Amino acid sequence: MTKTPLSAPPVTPGHTAVGGNPVKRFLAATEIDTRLLGMLAALLLIWGGFHMYGAIVNGNGAFLTPRNLWNLSVQTSSIGIMATGMVLVIITRNIDLSVGSLIGVTGMTMGILQVDVLPQILGLGHWSIWIITCAVGIALGALIGAFHGWLIAYRGIPSFIVTLGGLMVWRGMAFIANGGKTISPVDSTFALLGGGPGGNVGATGSWIVGALGCAGVVWLLVQGRKQRVKHEFPKRPMWAEVTLGAIGCGAIVGAVLLMNAYPLPVGILRRLDLPEDAFVSHGFAIPVLIMMAVGIAMTILMTRTRFGRYVFAIGGNPEAAALAGINTRWMTLKIFALMGALTGIAAVIASARLNSATNALGTLDELYVIAAAVIGGTSLAGGVGTIYGAILGALVMQSLQSGMVLIGFDAAIQRIVVGMVLVLAVYLDNLYRARTK
Amino acid sequence: MTTNTGTPLVEMRDISISFGGIKAVDHVSIDLHPGEVVGLLGHNGAGKSTLIKCLSGAYQKDAGEIYINGEKAEISNPRDARHYNIETIYQTLALADNLDAASNLFLGRELVTAAGFVDDAQMEAETRKIMARLNPNFRKFNVPVSALSGGQRQSVAIARAVYFNAKILIMDEPTAALGPQETQMVAELIQELKRQGLGIFLIEHDIHAVMDLCDRAVVMKNGQRVGTVNVGDVTDDDILGMIIMGKKPAKAY
Repeated sequence: MTKTPLSAPPVTPGHTAVGGNPVKRFLAATEIDTRLLGMLAALLLIWGGFHMYGAIVNGNGAFLTPRNLWNLSVQTSSIGIMATGMVLVIITRNIDLSVGSLIGVTGMTMGILQVDVLPQILGLGHWSIWIITCAVGIALGALIGAFHGWLIAYRGIPSFIVTLGGLMVWRGMAFIANGGKTISPVDSTFALLGGGPGGNVGATGSWIVGALGCAGVVWLLVQGRKQRVKHEFPKRPMWAEVTLGAIGCGAIVGAVLLMNAYPLPVGILRRLDLPEDAFVSHGFAIPVLIMMAVGIAMTILMTRTRFGRYVFAIGGNPEAAALAGINTRWMTLKIFALMGALTGIAAVIASARLNSATNALGTLDELYVIAAAVIGGTSLAGGVGTIYGAILGALVMQSLQSGMVLIGFDAAIQRIVVGMVLVLAVYLDNLYRARTK
Repeated sequence: MTTNTGTPLVEMRDISISFGGIKAVDHVSIDLHPGEVVGLLGHNGAGKSTLIKCLSGAYQKDAGEIYINGEKAEISNPRDARHYNIETIYQTLALADNLDAASNLFLGRELVTAAGFVDDAQMEAETRKIMARLNPNFRKFNVPVSALSGGQRQSVAIARAVYFNAKILIMDEPTAALGPQETQMVAELIQELKRQGLGIFLIEHDIHAVMDLCDRAVVMKNGQRVGTVNVGDVTDDDILGMIIMGKKPAKAY
């Protein structure tokens, strides 16, 4: 779990030669994480299921359409970003119940700042308003997170209690901040970060992102192979490398095609003075790009830096980590500060998407974030978890949510289903782990 | 090795530490010379591990002084101890079970690339090199250490202590979880490290291992030092008498 699949060569030559059926041989040679495959399969099952249900029962399969999948990607961003931080918190055997309320208080602060304060000083619509707002929101999140971390690490209060208290305190603060009133609309540039009208990069922009992504995949494969040759580790067979590259680039190109297949609606075309029958692609939404950037940065942090290594070590054996000279308290504080900063980013997206700041913003998000991390394979016992898993977990959670809305289940049923899926997912994960041990 | 002149490698003077009013270590002094193995003996709870943890930085002494090569040393955490080239193999091994051998070996001292990222490939290569020397049968480089046998885990812990050019090695019951063959391997390793001039503190219950491996033995009881003997001058019964009854033989000091 500590190494990227590219640098870890778990396949001994003997392994590749013996492995029985072709599927096993393929998995062994490509070193694909079977757990990842399981999650992708579950996701496809959910997507297909909702689509079929809609098609058969309602006579309208709306799930597997570019429009819905595009919306799904935007809806996943906020939870997905927080889930990447929750992975670190849970790996180190802590929990953060306060992230939903933290969204509320940082969102509200940013709302007041960009609507009431900054226009007074800089003038309405000043170009720097959104930058200052985001910086303050993220910094405030980090500060509150660091304070939680300090109480946990240096004052010995269990994280469950500190953040349970935080859940109530910060929600109350969000209400007091503006007397419970909603602030709307937000700065027009800030609003783009939520993926609303204009908050997307279009067809060309998406192709550029896709090309960068493909280049990244190829670079990682080449680098990984170079390292193995240099140290004379067992190499993946060439066909496996090529297959991996093809799968990676294929997935990226597929995502770009999908995002580009969703055209701007007529209303926005009119606003942009374009002919109503023009096909202008949405392309990736800005919040989705933010989530991707966060996901990549967090993956690098967890797999390629000392910080990430220490997070895993503390989760695996806190005592051993301390004996190895790791300052475990300082690490805990930093992890919670990071969680807070990511919550600040999520608050930017959530309030920009609503085009307003409300004191109820992010209510119950903590549960979805924790569920996303856990469904994504983060072990509550500590020591195990991946960033990509958490983002996929967020996608699973959001797919269930929006799928049920789409086929017309009411809120009560939605909760029942999401609750059951969470428990079932963890149970299946237990079975998987017991089998692969 | 019966007469040690010159500056001791380690000198712990008058060390005391207590937990909640109970004196775990009560004014104990011990020393260690280069190329010497000093056994620490006593019942469970005699204070051996606690005393030695003051040297490895896991605990902080309440009173007393530590001298390394004759110079006063301040050791307030494990990082300080590593700075003085003190390496410890803990009884619990202190391995992060979810990490692989290389990550454990370099934990806290990761090799990094020029860009500041951890260099997993380089660390694995180094791990393969040292394991080829210590435990040539070791193959499991890419699985978490939780999947290793007791002996394999032990060899990871030993490799970690040896790799970083320790001058002072602390071994807390290194063979407690091992089979006969692996115990023999550890014994040979101790002899080799001793020849290289390391000083070794060996906490050990097995009296025969002490007679075989140690030059001197320090016996503790109830947090106090009963006495120190040159192993060559006494019988195992003498040492057992010290451990069990706190009886100090004539040749002890």
